[in-house]
Amino acid sequence: MLPRHKRLLGILVTLIGVTVAITLILSSFQDNLLYYVTPSEAIKKIDDDQSKFRIGGLVEVGSFKRKDGSLQSRFVLTDGIESVEVNYIGILPDLFREGQGIIVTGKFDKMKIFIATEVLAKHDENYMPPDIHALKESTS
Amino acid sequence: MNLKKIYKYGSPPNFYRFAMKLEPWCLSLGLFLIAIGSIGGLFVAPKDYQMGDAFRIIYFHVPSAYLSMSAYAAMGIASIIGIVWRSNVAFAVAKSIAPFGALMTAVALITGMLWGKPMWGTAWVWDARLTSEFILLLLYFGYITLHATIKEQKKADRAASLLAILGIINLPIIHYSVVWWNTLHQASTISKLDSPSIVGEMLWPLLLMIIGYMIFFIGVICRGGSAEVLMREKRSNWVKEV
Repeated sequence: MLPRHKRLLGILVTLIGVTVAITLILSSFQDNLLYYVTPSEAIKKIDDDQSKFRIGGLVEVGSFKRKDGSLQSRFVLTDGIESVEVNYIGILPDLFREGQGIIVTGKFDKMKIFIATEVLAKHDENYMPPDIHALKESTS
Repeated sequence: MNLKKIYKYGSPPNFYRFAMKLEPWCLSLGLFLIAIGSIGGLFVAPKDYQMGDAFRIIYFHVPSAYLSMSAYAAMGIASIIGIVWRSNVAFAVAKSIAPFGALMTAVALITGMLWGKPMWGTAWVWDARLTSEFILLLLYFGYITLHATIKEQKKADRAASLLAILGIINLPIIHYSVVWWNTLHQASTISKLDSPSIVGEMLWPLLLMIIGYMIFFIGVICRGGSAEVLMREKRSNWVKEV
């Protein structure tokens, strides 16, 4: 074996070793690396003693209500299986609308309503001009 | 493959001459493509149906994020070549990539924050994509600092290169973070070739920008790498001739 082959082998073995180690670390922290849980998973945690956590889902169409003259809003977050009622006081992001993916931070109150302290809009990876979007909507 | 031909460029004077020839072409062609791409992205491409004009920041965010990772891959490969073949030119190239890569990472993070603030409602969250890209910035800083703190050239090269090589593991983590974990950051748009999620009239300026950044980057390597080679070889005869 030439010295440079030894060095190449050394690098490869080290890289593989560290990759395995990092894979193990990341997979054992899987739950903490998830930025949010779905409404179905959130429902299971409803009776737990809670600290703040995040739920991500779609704003159910027709569920959005805002108290006139205030920043207080109410909407339902759904993943198509379960849904969670959310209460939030504050300014909503530009992309907030019904049918949109949203991430809320907060916890459940005694009425099983999720009291959000932060609302973030999740953007999807699709980009298109308005006319093409309208076309897609009408064909689907 | 004729290995001898490649080895030829590993010799400092040959690399220097080759890089000096390539540099002006890459820098000017790169800038030209970036200019066309910017005009296309900022003025020609249509508005997005949801984000309006704000989506146009994609034309700077995606190319710089893309380059932050490609530059790191290039730095990692140069480091491996440097260590395995004891190539001074490869070490010089790796060292010259680091500041540019750090700059691209910073630009990607900053444009992302400017985009996130109005659209998501926040400039920064510690989700998997943003965190792993931030770690990339730290890796670049680590490489630069490590290289700067060790006085002896050979030791500095070896130590910094080892860090660069270990950091390669972060690249697939950045790329797949949006697939492996729930993140606030959206999934990839153009790297899934089967069904591009962006219409053609929005896509072409983006591709021009990415190719322009790439070619410009090669020019930057030529410039930085050849300057670094000159520094390292300042006592040799061929440098005195140029």
